[in-house]
Amino acid sequence: MTERGQALPPLLELRQVSKQFFGVTVLKQMSLTVHAGEVVGMVGENGSGKSTTMNLISGILRADGGEMLVDGAAYAPLNAKDAVEAGIGLIHQELNLFANLSIAENLAIRQFPKRWPGLPFIDGAKMRRDATAILAEVGLELDPRTPVNLLPPGERQLVEISKALAQRPRLLIFDEPTTSLTSREAERLFALVDRLRRDGIGMIYVSHILEDVLRLCDKVAVLRDGALVDNAPNAEMDVQRLVRGMLGRPVEELFPARTAPLARHVEALSVNGLTRSGQIRDVGFTVGTGEVVGIAGLMGSGRSETARCLFGLDPVSAGTVNVAGKPVSPLTPANCMSAGMAFLTEDRRGDGLLMSQSIEQNAELAMLADLEGGMLASVPRHKLAAAAAAMAQSMHIRARNFDRQPVQSLSGGNQQKVVLTKWLMRAPRVLLLDEPTRGIDIGARS
Amino acid sequence: MAQIQSASGPQVGRTSARSWFVRGLTSDYLVLALTVVYALALGPFVPTLISWASAREVLIAMMPLLVLAIGQSFVMVIAGIDLSLTSIAALASVVAASIMTGSGGYLAGSALATPVALVAFLGIGVLCGMLNGYCAARLRMPAFMVTLVLQMFLSGVAVWYTSLHVEAVSIGNLPRSFVAIGSGNIFGVPYAVLIAAAVALAAHHLLSRTVLGRWLYAVGINPRAAQVSGVPVARVVLLAFVLSGLCAAIASIIYTGRLETGTPVLADRVLLDVIGAAVIGGVSLFGGKAKILGVFFGVLFLSVVDKGLQLLGMSQFVVFAVKGGLILLAALLDALRNYLLLGADR
Repeated sequence: MTERGQALPPLLELRQVSKQFFGVTVLKQMSLTVHAGEVVGMVGENGSGKSTTMNLISGILRADGGEMLVDGAAYAPLNAKDAVEAGIGLIHQELNLFANLSIAENLAIRQFPKRWPGLPFIDGAKMRRDATAILAEVGLELDPRTPVNLLPPGERQLVEISKALAQRPRLLIFDEPTTSLTSREAERLFALVDRLRRDGIGMIYVSHILEDVLRLCDKVAVLRDGALVDNAPNAEMDVQRLVRGMLGRPVEELFPARTAPLARHVEALSVNGLTRSGQIRDVGFTVGTGEVVGIAGLMGSGRSETARCLFGLDPVSAGTVNVAGKPVSPLTPANCMSAGMAFLTEDRRGDGLLMSQSIEQNAELAMLADLEGGMLASVPRHKLAAAAAAMAQSMHIRARNFDRQPVQSLSGGNQQKVVLTKWLMRAPRVLLLDEPTRGIDIGARS
Repeated sequence: MAQIQSASGPQVGRTSARSWFVRGLTSDYLVLALTVVYALALGPFVPTLISWASAREVLIAMMPLLVLAIGQSFVMVIAGIDLSLTSIAALASVVAASIMTGSGGYLAGSALATPVALVAFLGIGVLCGMLNGYCAARLRMPAFMVTLVLQMFLSGVAVWYTSLHVEAVSIGNLPRSFVAIGSGNIFGVPYAVLIAAAVALAAHHLLSRTVLGRWLYAVGINPRAAQVSGVPVARVVLLAFVLSGLCAAIASIIYTGRLETGTPVLADRVLLDVIGAAVIGGVSLFGGKAKILGVFFGVLFLSVVDKGLQLLGMSQFVVFAVKGGLILLAALLDALRNYLLLGADR
């Protein structure tokens, strides 16, 4: 790498770049270089400045200080288009595909191929040929006419990546690309990254999965509280050093040892013959108190569907759910909750949070149904707010305040903690977690 | 450290100017301030506008509109809309009048006439609200479509129902005990004001203090998250429409009492005023936001504007154009406020 770096200016260089939001510094004098054919890993806890860095590079935000260089020339993108023209592609964590359009249309959306120059007729055949070629690059063998909403999340992610590749970028930024991929799809992605590296494309790879970062990257940058705290070639890095950098303290174990031995098996939850036509068939299992039961399976195998049916969100055609030996009937979310169940959903934006409301208001929401006096009961505001604030405090949620700041403005990991706070307020007996660590950092996981 | 602080100095200055702007636009009292500014600006041209008498007149006249706007707010807070409010009021008006009228009413002359008629008002409001709510909550029809159709249907029924009872276009000769609701007062405070104030206080309590209030906001912001958190979403939606229908019925009582007749065209002109007042008062068209105090200011503003233009001698068309423009501005402001509030924390 070094020889190449001396011969040519780096593909991208950040010099002392800073960013403030309303007087709060979120990025302090960040410096980073990416060379052609180099994969730079970027790790850090939520709120450490990774997203800000990516947004600055891809023209979504503008820096307040410092400078950026592309090929040694000043680079100051005013919008996302400038970044694309400079050859920089960003693959978003949240998917940006039009679900009602076909794969081919999504890939061509920035510039549809015209049948005749200057006339508004789309050359459908060319569009599909191009799409097939691009899809082949990421190893997807799909009919380009398939509407995106028929694809499982993993394949959508690959389509998103191929959309970025269609712009022929020289620098690609991956933001948590593996969160919705199965392990096989992730392997395919890694092979693709290796190939792009050989083709001389520079990459920034942002991920919470440190093992992937160590395996894939040539160099790793560690961010903490908006500052670059460590930056070294991959060979000198290991998980311990990364974690130390991210947290500012050593962490003994990622997964806390299970201290409480299971005294005797007391059944907390039992599920029998749960069936929903077209999704799940005859699912049954039991969970004892103090037990953690994992449900694994590929995308579309019925993991999330099982959890949703179990919690009464989708109607089932057959099957029973018992909590602590008592059947939950009829199977509705309210009944599941009063039986002592709680459900942390996969999609925290879609069905976890009230984005424009405060942490306290979100945390109190699941408590309201239990208040005596029904719907017209007065909410004991001060008592609930105090309980919510105490629980949020114990979860180490990082926020300016608990009673006013909308949860929208929190980082992903802190948002997830708010959802968890909401459920822990109820002291549940059975906690269902559907992909709980999606986009969550180590400090939050342990 | 010192360096960073001095560097952020001008930044802070700019921020506070911006946040002043944001705070001004998002303040609960912006509309009240605008009302005062408007009245003062028109003062030199129409001195009668700024007088105790005209203030009292405007306040009393706006009461039924306030009740309707409160009803609309219950539905708008769940991100719906109720276009049938005014037709519900009209139908309730003629049905109740047909019960109590002295000329051929079902209970003509009976002491029970007025109480039964009042029950009929409220019953029709609740039933129509339930119909709206059932279609929106259980059949998952868009509120816009359901209530628009019901608006047409109910006003047709109201005209037809009236024609069954009288040759004329309205049902008069209502008992004195009922008419008193529209015109009577206690210690100089008209009954209409007392009724509207009671509705406003109850609505304020319901929205800001009760479980149902919290649920209404939650459903308006994110119905899926509400459902996962154990909120009975369908029931909450149904209740929002029932409350809206109930408010329509109460407004109908005030209007009918004031007109001293039951008429199928009751309040048929005020639908846009109702929605406009709510939007001007800060009730978001996107759901999840409503304050009764704001709705009060919105109704007050629209009523003062109306009064001022009338005193200036403007034609009805000018009044319509100006009010329409103001409501459009308020809707724009709603979109802008949403943007600013979300943007401010990014």
